[in-house]
Amino acid sequence: MAILIKESTKVIVQGFTGQIGSFHSTEMIEYGTNIVGGVTPGKGGSRHLDRPVFNTVKEAVTETGAEASIIFVPPPFAADSIMEAADAGVKYCVCITDGIPAHDMIKVKRYMFRYRQDQKMVLTGPNCAGTISPGKSMLGIMPGNIYMPGNVGIIGRSGTLGYEAASQLKSLGIGVSTSVGIGGDPINGSSFRDHLARFEEDDETHAVVMIGEIGGPQEADAAMFYKENMKTPVFGYIAGLTAPKGRTMGHAGAIISAFGESAAEKVEILQECGVGVVPNPSEFGSVIKQGLDRL
Amino acid sequence: MDIHEYQAKEILSDFGVSIPPGGLAYSPEQAVYRCKEIGGERWAVKAQIHSGARGKAGGIKICSTDDEIWNAADELLGKRLITHQTGAQGKVVHRLYVEAASDIEKEFYIGFVLDRQRERVVVVASAEGGMEIEEISATRPDSLIRVEVEPAVGMQPFQAREIAFKLGLDKGLISQAVTTLLGCYRAFRDHDATMVEINPLVVTRDQHLLALDAKVSFDDNALFRSPNISELRDKSQEDPREMKAADRGLSYVGLDGNIGCIINGAGLAMATMDMIKHAGGEPANFLDIGGGASADRVAKAFNLVLSDDKVETMVVNIFAGINRCDWVADGVVQAVSKIDLKMPLIVRLSGTNQEEGRRIIEQSGLPIITADTLRDVAEKAVSAWKEQTGVK
Repeated sequence: MAILIKESTKVIVQGFTGQIGSFHSTEMIEYGTNIVGGVTPGKGGSRHLDRPVFNTVKEAVTETGAEASIIFVPPPFAADSIMEAADAGVKYCVCITDGIPAHDMIKVKRYMFRYRQDQKMVLTGPNCAGTISPGKSMLGIMPGNIYMPGNVGIIGRSGTLGYEAASQLKSLGIGVSTSVGIGGDPINGSSFRDHLARFEEDDETHAVVMIGEIGGPQEADAAMFYKENMKTPVFGYIAGLTAPKGRTMGHAGAIISAFGESAAEKVEILQECGVGVVPNPSEFGSVIKQGLDRL
Repeated sequence: MDIHEYQAKEILSDFGVSIPPGGLAYSPEQAVYRCKEIGGERWAVKAQIHSGARGKAGGIKICSTDDEIWNAADELLGKRLITHQTGAQGKVVHRLYVEAASDIEKEFYIGFVLDRQRERVVVVASAEGGMEIEEISATRPDSLIRVEVEPAVGMQPFQAREIAFKLGLDKGLISQAVTTLLGCYRAFRDHDATMVEINPLVVTRDQHLLALDAKVSFDDNALFRSPNISELRDKSQEDPREMKAADRGLSYVGLDGNIGCIINGAGLAMATMDMIKHAGGEPANFLDIGGGASADRVAKAFNLVLSDDKVETMVVNIFAGINRCDWVADGVVQAVSKIDLKMPLIVRLSGTNQEEGRRIIEQSGLPIITADTLRDVAEKAVSAWKEQTGVK
């Protein structure tokens, strides 16, 4: 099953003809993602990578029946692109763009209130590596070959740390159902908790790895959700044990500014809620293997 | 991005917030002259550094004669002030703000922040002014008033009135408070702020509401649309290494350890630092070299990390997605050949083209220690560091 994307998911690329959009579209097509076209305002009617280009997302959706989109639009214009996708009826949107102003994301989140829960577009990111259902479809910028198809779900903020976890799993022969990047921004499209709920419903996912970091309330929120609503085991790691307070560690959202936002405090909350703690980042593989063996 | 108190006050005053009359001074003579211009009998001479708690650190002096002003200014200019927010290295005072001292009847706290849970702007206020917000939350949480701003319409006057009445302000001050609160909100919204704080907001004996201290921080990601705000940046207040890094498109945070780190991706960088700590070492820095790590970028990263004298061992940990290990390896070999590295270097390359990358390192003939996994790179770094420095 996997979550969010599968082989048949029809995908359009926003920012299709740009350098970055072209590069990653080529990689995704090679991986097997069903990319049916793209959007670049002003280039509608032309073709790119043997696929049609449209001026607006609405046209692209009407013409191709696309259900998902991936955004490679520069930061000043990316929030607008997300809202355009939501308005056009896209069901799932991945925003890769890093550097969107926080006030723009507040606007995006407010804009999405207008949709009924069951009709609301799911957004992951911004500032993420994307989502992959190994062997099926890839909506992102990750190296597809490090993910083996399997039964472990991954949700993470960081791209490269997610790669690290996936490759540790692969070296132990453990595969991934879907890996979701939720991104490193302070205000993001969807949270750990949102995707834990999806993985809980997914028959193919037998365990979930949650890769969090300092800053914000989402890891603690997810731990509470796990405690109250989940049967699928969850294992968590929080990066940034050595991070000083009040400093932004690369990701705009990775900053300890309030009580409960440090790595140590979050680990404590994970433990209290019964989430399996990955004690250090070299033990993703071994901890999950033990967890799966117990099932 | 942070700015100085006087800059924050200037912005807020443009939005209708009342501030005491004041002016900038770069010398004792200017400070005395400014006070004459302002008039009155007592003045505050305030050190301008990017930090709160300046009063406790001796950075604010109340003066009532020319001599006192001159001496206070003379003492503060060029002084390194250390507060709990600046760290042990402190921050140097290069400019002063002098303003008319106020007769204070009561102090309040008001702050505007981006609430990550609620994904909107939240106003926090308390009648326990003068204390820092952390202190208020810890000792008087019951005194905190919280109001959420609906993003579609912005802050409304009734919300400002609600806060003003809850703070216990007299009827006569309510409309001043509403102007102040709505002004702060508009400044926050129009300038892409991440924080606006007035602490203390005071009621003077003659019943005026004044912002005695103000702090505004901006979203770095939004600076592209506010050249006027970018202009307010004072680079003398920032860590020179972090600034150099930012100018080169690298993300760097200096720490106190001895193992220098060059890593791609913020999450992997934090995780590698955690792993070094776990293995018994202390990381010297956070450094994310980002996606396209060219040879040139790697060389710049080396120079940056090595500009910290405390660094005694170097770690490079790359998990290449968009990156390619062979490019990074080329960069490492070029950088190391050029700088004559006198300390152990441990390199771990994983991901795209890892075999080729590892081959380039091995065939370079340079004394580079290679590692295969995250655990391996951290353990080898710590043991190499111990061997190098004789620490047990």
